[in-house]
Amino acid sequence: MPTLFDKLWQSHVVREARGEPTLLYIDLHLIHEVTSPQAFDGLRQAGRKVRRPDLTFGTVDHNVPTTDRSLPIADAIAANQIETLRRNCNEFGVQLYDINSPEQGIVHVIGPELGLTRPGMTIVCGDSHTSTHGAFGALAFGIGTSEVEHVLATQCLPQNKPLTMKVETHGALPEGVTAKDLALGIIGTIGTDGATGCVIEYAGEAVRSLSMEGRMTLCNMSIEAGARAGMIAPDETTFAYLKGRRFSPDSDEAIGYWRTLRSDDDAQFDRVVEIDAAQLEPFVTWGTSPGMVVPVTSCVPDPADEAAERALKYMALEPRTNIQAITIDRAFIGSCTNARIEDLRAAARVVKGYRINSSVSAMVVPGSQEVKRAAEREGLDRIFHEAGFEWREAGCSMCLGMNEDILQPGERCASTSNRNFEGRQGRGGRTHLVSPMMAAAAAIKGHFTDVRTWQFK
Amino acid sequence: MQPFTKHTGLVAPLDRANVDTDQIIPKQFLKRIERTGFGEFLFYDWRSDPDFVLNEPRYKGASILVAGKNFGCGSSREHAPWALGEFGFRAIVAPSFADIFANNCFKNGMLPIALTTEQVEEIMSRAQQHKGYELTVDLERQTIEDSRGLSILFVVSEFQRYCLLEGLDDIGLTLRHEDLIREYEASHR
Repeated sequence: MPTLFDKLWQSHVVREARGEPTLLYIDLHLIHEVTSPQAFDGLRQAGRKVRRPDLTFGTVDHNVPTTDRSLPIADAIAANQIETLRRNCNEFGVQLYDINSPEQGIVHVIGPELGLTRPGMTIVCGDSHTSTHGAFGALAFGIGTSEVEHVLATQCLPQNKPLTMKVETHGALPEGVTAKDLALGIIGTIGTDGATGCVIEYAGEAVRSLSMEGRMTLCNMSIEAGARAGMIAPDETTFAYLKGRRFSPDSDEAIGYWRTLRSDDDAQFDRVVEIDAAQLEPFVTWGTSPGMVVPVTSCVPDPADEAAERALKYMALEPRTNIQAITIDRAFIGSCTNARIEDLRAAARVVKGYRINSSVSAMVVPGSQEVKRAAEREGLDRIFHEAGFEWREAGCSMCLGMNEDILQPGERCASTSNRNFEGRQGRGGRTHLVSPMMAAAAAIKGHFTDVRTWQFK
Repeated sequence: MQPFTKHTGLVAPLDRANVDTDQIIPKQFLKRIERTGFGEFLFYDWRSDPDFVLNEPRYKGASILVAGKNFGCGSSREHAPWALGEFGFRAIVAPSFADIFANNCFKNGMLPIALTTEQVEEIMSRAQQHKGYELTVDLERQTIEDSRGLSILFVVSEFQRYCLLEGLDDIGLTLRHEDLIREYEASHR
């Protein structure tokens, strides 16, 4: 009666001992410039090597500018951090998809793109949105820098086995309601600590109907519900996505194994949450946590507690304001949550034939250089340009504003990213999380609007 | 790693829930390549408000932080416990912690202690009412006590307690089982 998670866990046990965390083997270790420097330093100080450089892949994403990359990076500290990753990867023999490499991009976008992410794997990275890779039926979770060092040195990680939560969706997502909205709907229901201590398995019709990119969006947001990881059992959609990708084995043997990666029919979960997908609407966050969210057709709620009052004050919103009356200053389409080709296509479909509102400044940051190239082949960049969006190079960009792409104090942004904490996108910046279509529509209108009634041109 | 056995210190009450790691240490400070230098930037944005609790002179030198539920949610940045530790905190008391953050604390000799909501509220209130309020955290006995009759038994995983008491190096522990790692690799070619 094992769950998918049980199977993934059990197949990676190196050592189990009563009263101790289980030692798990890690199949794929992704690294980036922000959470690795101290880890490599630790290795050097202890005289250790990277045990499996062949299972370790790096990229630069958090700090990189999204503008002209032929210019030196203006921020000296950021430049140093990126140079440090370069030196470390070189010294320890790790493959790095550097700033000018055609494969560069946000770590959780390029992993799947390259076929590095596959069903049945354990995958870690020093970044909480590592849960993204669970979309492939992998056990994928974020770790801190000390654990990055641990994995570099031993290719293993001691872990206490989490509980399991099944999120069972019923019905189909209506038109205009996306994987992002499903994610926000779930978090709105169970709260930002609703899944703490658990790994989530997403199931049901709405989940099965999602494309791989939609599944990645959903799994990406698992951490925002406090989950350790999120996953979806692989199926034909998964295998079709992986076919032909650089690192993915195309063998019948591999696919045969992948087909076994699903929860048994009589599997028991520690918790089950039922979601009526057919009742979901496009969502907009109003506050300073992803759980402070309402449908676009609704209003800013009356504050239920001090935290909500604080959030309303920070966001400069009055209770009972119609969400569709909230005007925006910026629109950001990007991040590991929603910057893949389907996200860009969906946004482009909305903006085609329109121009952004004169009081809005908007940009699109593709999740990887590969996504950028694909979008340009399809002419999406032209559509965005004509609509008045800036078209940038790949990176995390304004999701967390470590580079120059930040909100000014007081600026309100419709963002396809994953966190709306105080100051997340820039000190004093006001973030509203939405789907790509909703961000695009808001950019055109100058305020939030229900994309289900959008007049496509 | 610095061991944690028993610590007595001034308590600072941060009466907020869902304190995320972006607040604990904002992103612009994550560009450092060292493990140090984060303490002065702890709660950078909140501390710019003169009325913020950690700016009150009476909490200067506090080494035990009491906060609301889901402390440390959000990003996995280990820079968060680094900043807290460098600022002077050795233990954090809250009704609950985000998983990655709690784990990161243990890796840095810092003790996250989950108590019931009522227990946390009581400690918060005592810290706010009594200037110079201190707690003694005893990891050996798994107790939290003050000088006013409070005595609470807290739960912590046996293994994490052991590692923290001994100041054990995680990586060294794992490498003790190198033969098993090799065995796994050999059978999973």
